[in-house]
Amino acid sequence: MNARPAPLLEVNGLNVHFGGGGLIPSLRKPPLRAVNDVSLTVMPGETLGLVGESGSGKSTLGRAVLRLGELTSGEVLFDGTDMARATMGDLNRLRRETAMIFQDPYGALNPRMRVGDAIAEVLRVHNKVPADGIRARVADLLNLVGLDAGYARSRPLDLSGGQCQRIGIARALAVEPKLIVADECVAALDVSIQGQILNLLMDLRERIGMAIIFIAHDLAIVRRLCDRVAVMYLGRIVEVGPTEEVFTDPRHPYSASLLSAIPDIDPDKGLPENPLAGEPPSPIALPSGCAFHPRCPKALPQCSTGEPPLLGRDGPHRAACILPPGEVTI
Amino acid sequence: MSLVRTETARTGFRLSFGGGPLPLYLGSAILLAWFVLAVLAPLVAPYDPIFQDGTARLQPPNLNHWLGTDNFGRDILSRIIWGARIDLQIALFGVVFPFLIGTALGSCAGYFGGWIDTVLMRIIDVVLAFPFLVLMMAIIVILKPGLSSFYVAMALVGWVSYARLVRAQILVIKSADFVLAATSLGYGHSRIMFRHLLPNAILGSVVFSMSDAVLVLLNGAAISYLGLGVQPPTAEWGIMIAEGQSFITSAWWITTFPGIAIVTLAMGFSLLADGLGELLGVRE
Amino acid sequence: MSETLLDETILSVRDLAVVSTGGGTTETILDRVSFDLKRGEILGLVGESGSGKSMTSRALIRLLPSNRLSVSGGQAFLNGRDILALDDKAMRAVRGGSIGMIFQNPSSHLDPVMTIGKQIAESIRFHKSVGKGEARRQAVDILRQVGIPDPERRFDAYPHEFSGGMRQRAMIAVALACDPDILIADEPTTALDVTVQAQILKLLTDLRDTRGVSIIFITHDLGVVSQVCDRVAVMYGGRIVELGGKREVIGQGRHPYTAGLVACQPAEGSPGERVRTIHGQPPRVGHMPEGCRFHPRCPKVSERCSMVSPELELAAPGHQVACHYPITQRLAEVAT
Repeated sequence: MNARPAPLLEVNGLNVHFGGGGLIPSLRKPPLRAVNDVSLTVMPGETLGLVGESGSGKSTLGRAVLRLGELTSGEVLFDGTDMARATMGDLNRLRRETAMIFQDPYGALNPRMRVGDAIAEVLRVHNKVPADGIRARVADLLNLVGLDAGYARSRPLDLSGGQCQRIGIARALAVEPKLIVADECVAALDVSIQGQILNLLMDLRERIGMAIIFIAHDLAIVRRLCDRVAVMYLGRIVEVGPTEEVFTDPRHPYSASLLSAIPDIDPDKGLPENPLAGEPPSPIALPSGCAFHPRCPKALPQCSTGEPPLLGRDGPHRAACILPPGEVTI
Repeated sequence: MSLVRTETARTGFRLSFGGGPLPLYLGSAILLAWFVLAVLAPLVAPYDPIFQDGTARLQPPNLNHWLGTDNFGRDILSRIIWGARIDLQIALFGVVFPFLIGTALGSCAGYFGGWIDTVLMRIIDVVLAFPFLVLMMAIIVILKPGLSSFYVAMALVGWVSYARLVRAQILVIKSADFVLAATSLGYGHSRIMFRHLLPNAILGSVVFSMSDAVLVLLNGAAISYLGLGVQPPTAEWGIMIAEGQSFITSAWWITTFPGIAIVTLAMGFSLLADGLGELLGVRE
Repeated sequence: MSETLLDETILSVRDLAVVSTGGGTTETILDRVSFDLKRGEILGLVGESGSGKSMTSRALIRLLPSNRLSVSGGQAFLNGRDILALDDKAMRAVRGGSIGMIFQNPSSHLDPVMTIGKQIAESIRFHKSVGKGEARRQAVDILRQVGIPDPERRFDAYPHEFSGGMRQRAMIAVALACDPDILIADEPTTALDVTVQAQILKLLTDLRDTRGVSIIFITHDLGVVSQVCDRVAVMYGGRIVELGGKREVIGQGRHPYTAGLVACQPAEGSPGERVRTIHGQPPRVGHMPEGCRFHPRCPKVSERCSMVSPELELAAPGHQVACHYPITQRLAEVAT
């Protein structure tokens, strides 16, 4: 008898490549391999952090999981149903049970709509409440995100960034989602405001119990909020595991470099003496073998040839590196 | 995304006057004045516009005929007032039909992309390959000269600018986060198009249509001048200019006053376009 | 830690004020900003949106972003001369010659149709009156110093051929080409990946060590300030609210805002614990509170704070605070 609960989201071998088509082979441009052979799971109520730098593919992955945009190959199982080969009915179900919050608080809202109407629209489209109950429900949702119900009549431009972000969250909650994908949702806010939104997410998580995929580049925030974290580099997950374990004992040279590059607020901890050299290459021209090998301080000759190392399937804390766990110290 | 924010977010109906409110007020005032004159034509015009007074031919402006008479003895002032009805109609219908058709086609092309977009762009290329006036004249001649043919021709030819404008705007807005949010929340195509895309995409076209009205007006006058639009003896400013051509040195008032009328109406539209553009924060 | 830190003051800013005029009203953007920059020092200017940190740097080089903004008062003594009182011609010599500036987004601040080398050489020839050949030699040299590989060949490359981090290095090269006394860096690493940021921060500190250039480093990131700066000025609502050595300001901030800002950092606290915040939001231009700009958000507010605006006063040697009731002990219960 399998006592473990089923994962809410299971991604297997997902690839998202853009372009690369064309009739004449010699004129074809190489495809942009945004997401390469990604597999991960998200349990109900869990918060998974997705971190990486430019070109890591974390945003593309977040959108692909919600079936926003084309998937090249692989499986995306949401609650058991493969969304990569979904029927209209399946897709509708996905839309009713997932939602996304975005980085730009103003860009995420229709500038011509009152924010209350934007939230009400969700309720209407999904028949969440009868027509006469919409106003009350909108007020409920606004209160839930810490805003006075009177804000329903405002337009996005009248509100601050933090308030707009709360509206975006309220709109996502209107769907009553099982999974929320948060794409850099605090990156555009001042530090003193970021905390308000993060605390809100923590409160909501406790009250409602939805799963969150939290895409971010700020590792300190990920450490506060997320149960598990997946580190991405050039479209692949290079390390995944419980947050504290990955932070204190990184098993991939990239994760280790990333962690040591974060400026510490303690003045006595200096900058890394030998910061990681170079920059992430373009996803159009992926290096051979392990994509990180050109920058890796621990690279071995076999790293540049053959297939990229796999993430492995055993244990909660895994890294895609041929080096054994103990040897990855920068 | 901030590009979308600053462009579309500033187009709320706020009073954000850059060059002052003068263009907006002046333009509206001119248009309103002509509109009122046109509507009240039966009450305001001193004479019947097609009545020919044989005893009063080619009279320069005088107390009986403030703007003089033409070679048929018709009062110029009355013809201008009644002509305003036709010219305002031309400006209106000559804009509305292309606007509707262009917006519909352009938004579909921009939103759906793919072959719909490709086909539309090629059709636009074909239409643009022909000189505008030549194409219009060809269509009107086939359909029989007259005002309704003019409207049909405008609809068939003039939609192109609106289609391109709306398509471009839709392409920009399509990539905005709030549109992606709408998709992720399961909204259907028509809801996204009508509630989210078009309201934000259409403002540029609205302001453009004001300037377009100027060109349509001049087109209508040109077509009528060529004898393909409004037919005599109907009073319309374009015909009046055409008919007065041969008298331009002896009876300058026959062509000059209708010309001034066209200019003032066109200026009214132009000023309104500027004023609206400032008001709505739309840059051409 | 720079061993070349001398006690000589190279830039002295006194009561710098910037206002915005328009529609009949005048709004204060910067309110009597005063600070010193010593030779070879890196001074951090920290604040959130609307704090005025960027505006300060623009005011110093007199390139305010809009016609409505103007410097309404104050002096800035660079090597004894008040640069705010210079005429246009003299100011042009200062820009690039005595003060170099780098910005957040290199793509917007490098001419896309000119090769990198030419842009650097142009600046060199304008400020130093040397021939083409010599200018090229110096440009290649500075490209090498900022860590751009193969500088001889890269001299002829266009900005779009560089990656993000390389472009930032190129912008630093342009700024330093004429050996300015001061470098103003306005959020130079904010748009960069964290691993690239580490490289650029190291580059800036190395350049300070080798060339002795003083740096005004503008940022919102307290971690960067801690790593790179010697002294810190914290700005809020167009004013400096705290100024001192980084250890004192960050470790033992006396102003409730500083203490709150430090406590808000996500790194301060354990996983799963609620993040500390400062309630409310930073004030916007035109809605500046009376008296102390921070008082609507301050948990220690009292009546005096809403009426009288506090001046920057010495709280300890080398440590100034603008607060009627500065924090005296280590405990900072500002963030809730």
